[in-house]
Amino acid sequence: MATAGSELEQVRLRIPATPEDLAALKLGSVVFLDGVVYTAREGVYKRVLEDGVALPDGLTEISNANFHCSPAASRNDDGTYNVGGVTATASFRFSKWMPQWFEKSDAKVIIGKGGMSGDDYRNVFVPRGAVYLTTVGYGTGALLGRGIKGVRDAHWIDELGIAQALWVYDVENFGPFLVDSDLEGNSLFEQQGQLVNANLERIYAGLKSPSLSRFGETDDRSEELI
Amino acid sequence: MITNSQIERAAYDVMCKAAIDIPEDYLDGIKERAAAETGPLCCFVLQSMIDNYEAATTDRRPMCADTGLPRYYVKVGNDARFDGGFVGLERALRSATARATQDVPLRPNRVHPLWRTDHDNNVGINAPEIEWSFEPDVDWIEITTVHKGGLFGTDYRMLFPADGIDGIKRFFLDTLIAFGKRGLACQPAIVGIGLGGSKDICMVLGKQAACLRAVGDRNPDPEIAKLEMELKELGNSIGMGAMGFVGSSMVVDCHIEVGFTHTGGMPMSVHCFCLSSRRATARIHADGSTELRSDPQWFTPYMRRETVEWQPQAASSNKSG
Repeated sequence: MATAGSELEQVRLRIPATPEDLAALKLGSVVFLDGVVYTAREGVYKRVLEDGVALPDGLTEISNANFHCSPAASRNDDGTYNVGGVTATASFRFSKWMPQWFEKSDAKVIIGKGGMSGDDYRNVFVPRGAVYLTTVGYGTGALLGRGIKGVRDAHWIDELGIAQALWVYDVENFGPFLVDSDLEGNSLFEQQGQLVNANLERIYAGLKSPSLSRFGETDDRSEELI
Repeated sequence: MITNSQIERAAYDVMCKAAIDIPEDYLDGIKERAAAETGPLCCFVLQSMIDNYEAATTDRRPMCADTGLPRYYVKVGNDARFDGGFVGLERALRSATARATQDVPLRPNRVHPLWRTDHDNNVGINAPEIEWSFEPDVDWIEITTVHKGGLFGTDYRMLFPADGIDGIKRFFLDTLIAFGKRGLACQPAIVGIGLGGSKDICMVLGKQAACLRAVGDRNPDPEIAKLEMELKELGNSIGMGAMGFVGSSMVVDCHIEVGFTHTGGMPMSVHCFCLSSRRATARIHADGSTELRSDPQWFTPYMRRETVEWQPQAASSNKSG
């Protein structure tokens, strides 16, 4: 195999991230984070954006990095937490909440699984100076667990459960992540997907279609599914 | 007599082992794919995953924080005796799930589909799933757990005999590519295929083929074994790899299981296990002693029997006619 990772640039990024640091990120670079990162996914989005509950005090001052993930974690009897690791969940499902979320949270770094659509990047991320980092694999849960140095807070566990709560982590050398989108709205997933698509006709060549089609079925294999 | 607490302990131990230690057969398979991989991004992804398995085992932490849907497969020897009956056994499995969720810890993933109620212990209505099989002439119980992701990488289609192998190949490619884009299926994975049966059994067989057979295991029917290898090759020729990047690794192995089906149909299911292929098995002997392993050995000749009577001597040469 090609020497693993040696061709990819590696970057340390401090959170809260500055516009200058974000502007320097290149698609496909490997990023490790230092600072404070918080989790928010559908449970938090619904609570804050639809039910109108205010974000925890001070959150937006200490972090502008929102991780679409949940921890493998449990609560100890003394009220502390045992966090084994974190693994991202697919971000495309949160598309509808992102415009409002950026307004509320002033997040500049969204981290998750699989990226979001190019349209989301260009129309929603770019105007707010935000980028998207994807987790690797997926599921370097143990490596990410090593980067979590402490749980600063775990908001709304009783209301939302461990998986959907808003966790605030102190992190150090937290990664790896890959830069999927930059401040111009370019996307690594989009670019790679187009290269893969260019090859798909070849792999289906000679295979006849099934006798019964499925409703809505299309043979356009380059179609973006998210 | 096997006691309830021995069953609970074994079920707890396999939950912990599955969550933390990547099965050797799958690790070897990933290393093989990494060695063959040509895409630089995919190479980086696979090397990161190998680093992650090592970190999990060294630190005794879960390799992936998405626990998926933790579940059990139980094989009960026909001569096994255990106290508490099947109700006691099921209670022990639910108790072990809740304890392991707290202790490993596992992510409490299980919620009510409408009310989103989370008991924070991976136990609820119809959860964890427990599937049963039986084995003649033995007195042990085997408990296997699988932690498989629950959102992407699985599909079902009713094909027909006229669609033939082409139809199978197309649907295989459709599923791999649809869920492979952006890496939603967490490939490269062991891909299981269910062929035949009724719709529900078709899904069950495909999932079991993905989750309960080790890398390198072949179906005893030589023609099906050949198709397994052919599909593996086809999947790795798509031009896609880990995370949907340009590459050459989608399939670590392909396993096919069949069930007799409707004479007019050829239903097919495809199931991608994931980069954190979490499975572990415990055999509890009649004296209560327990051995752990990572290969479930679920598909025994007895399970693949074709006729009314079970004839063990014929099992080694049971080529489907």
